[in-house]
Amino acid sequence: MQPPDVKIRRKRLDRGIKARTDSVFVIAAPGDIIYVLAPRVLPVVALLILPFFLSEYHQEVLVHASVVGLLALSWDLLACCGLFSLGQSLFFGVGAYMAGMMDYYLHLSIWIGLPLATLSGGAICSILLAPVVRLKGVYFAMVTLMLPLLFRKIIEASGLLGGTLGLSTRGSFPNEWVAVYLGIIVFLGVLFGLRKLIDSDYGLVLKAIRDDDRAVMSAGINIYARKVQALFVAGSIASFAGAFLTYRYEFVGFSVFAWDYAILPLAAAALGGPGTFAGAALGSMILVPLSEALRAMGGLRIASYCLVLMVSIIALPEGIFSFLERKYHQFESLVEVK
Amino acid sequence: MPGETLLKVRGLRKSFGGVIAVGNVGFELKQGDFLGIIGPNGAGKTTLVNMITGFVRPDGGKVYFKGKDITGSRPYDIANLGIARTFQMVRLFYHLPAYKNLIIPLCSKRISRIRGGRFGERDEVALDLLDDVGFERDSYVPYKQAGSLPHGYLKRLDLARALALRPEVLILDELFSGMSMAEVAGVLPLMEKLSDKGLTIIMIEHRLRELFKVAHRVMVLTFGQKIAEGPPDEVMQSDEVKKAYLGTDVELGESGRD
Ligand SMILES: Nc1ncnc2c1ncn2[C@@H]1O[C@H](COP(=O)(O)OP(=O)(O)O)[C@@H](O)[C@H]1O
Ligand SMILES: [Mg+2]
Repeated sequence: MQPPDVKIRRKRLDRGIKARTDSVFVIAAPGDIIYVLAPRVLPVVALLILPFFLSEYHQEVLVHASVVGLLALSWDLLACCGLFSLGQSLFFGVGAYMAGMMDYYLHLSIWIGLPLATLSGGAICSILLAPVVRLKGVYFAMVTLMLPLLFRKIIEASGLLGGTLGLSTRGSFPNEWVAVYLGIIVFLGVLFGLRKLIDSDYGLVLKAIRDDDRAVMSAGINIYARKVQALFVAGSIASFAGAFLTYRYEFVGFSVFAWDYAILPLAAAALGGPGTFAGAALGSMILVPLSEALRAMGGLRIASYCLVLMVSIIALPEGIFSFLERKYHQFESLVEVK
Repeated sequence: MPGETLLKVRGLRKSFGGVIAVGNVGFELKQGDFLGIIGPNGAGKTTLVNMITGFVRPDGGKVYFKGKDITGSRPYDIANLGIARTFQMVRLFYHLPAYKNLIIPLCSKRISRIRGGRFGERDEVALDLLDDVGFERDSYVPYKQAGSLPHGYLKRLDLARALALRPEVLILDELFSGMSMAEVAGVLPLMEKLSDKGLTIIMIEHRLRELFKVAHRVMVLTFGQKIAEGPPDEVMQSDEVKKAYLGTDVELGESGRD
């Protein structure tokens, strides 16, 4: 019950903030500060302190979630400019093998090998796929699906790069903590970096290509060059993930081209909500621990995993993050009317 | 320079599965010319424009821009040379605010070259361009989602998108169709102003009365063939044109066609 002489009305918090600031945050009330900062700072702080409370096994799960998260972010970037990839395992595997080669053949230290594998992986992926960026939708997807299979079969049949035995590498992270934190920090950095990128004019052009490529061409934009640039960035992100795991496990084998690495990121992005990056990140943070938790179910693991995924996609087709975002913008507080 | 031949089209041809959309059409434009292209639906006007702007590869013929062969070049390369176009069916980014639609041409190579790579106020430039085509600057209209705007605004937004490229040749494909009288009256002075400033314009139009106010020269297409070219009043006197375009009985030049 309200006291009868005080009128109360509902106020949408974000409206007040937007009206006052027009996208630049100049915020006065402490409630506003919390409202604006909470969704940005809380997840970051949580992820950064979480490893202290986790067992070694659970740290491993967290790192794996970050790795899948990077693949999902990379997938989302490609989707933003209309490239539908079914081959994140290609980018992942190329990065992993590049790191293996840097170490096994060139004996480079991890701090040189890791960035080199990241960039060369991105370059190789964009060169490999440059001829097919003209293909639309499902045709592009099919090529990205074939290439990892092709690589796998070539390595298997030819015995190159260690063949079926893989490459055992020597370089690795100085200790567990460095690996765990490098994984998390790069994951967060890429997440916020991509969100900034897609809000820029450059990102606007990328999204426009997805919506109407002819209109973008008539505006004097070389859409194929832009797509290759996006492939380089997405390829580098996923290659980092692959290279990171090579150094972590001190081993790389053709299992890096496995289908899991193609389908998990896609599922994560679908679960979280594609096109937002935060959705892909959130999806991975849910999906990977879930798949670990379901390990106890043995044979039914994949089945129950698929079930969870299907139910959530049917119930929340926009994705968890988009749903939360909508609720966030509708968040209201009660204010007194004077 | 005025008087310099800017665009030269020679014997362009295109068939779609046996249908001759454009058969052997050629014309020349000097800098500052204002050419109207008229003809019944299906005459091949849009296909002609698509071939000039690189969206459709011709079966034969050549397009020269400033003496350079641009036949079969990519649409974005042609746009960056300074040939901008609008689309008969407007092609816009409907989920973006209207003014954000103009950011895309402002990110092109051509504009970064012209403006020396200095950016940061693209939004301002976009709002100025919308002002030129009659969006009320201080209203909410430029900030509204493009998809929520009425048809006439979309047409003008498409025009602004073409103008954002700072073109040397502007090609308008039925810009006025679907626009209200008032909107057409609002855009016509802009066309005149641009033409006076030396912009070369090709305008495909069904609304003859409005077209004849601004065009210096008219070309008539039917069934992919050019049947006449010349000053508007002269062309419309030709019996062949009367028959082909509107039927013999219609009073030409007076009423136009909406
Ligand atoms: N992409 C296409 N595929 C098949 N036929 C086409 C295509 N584009 C145009 N045409 C045909 O070419 C002819 C000319 O069309 P168009 O250039 O659109 O004429 P206009 O713009 O003068 O109305 C029409 O018969 C049309 O059906
Ligand atoms: Mg047409």
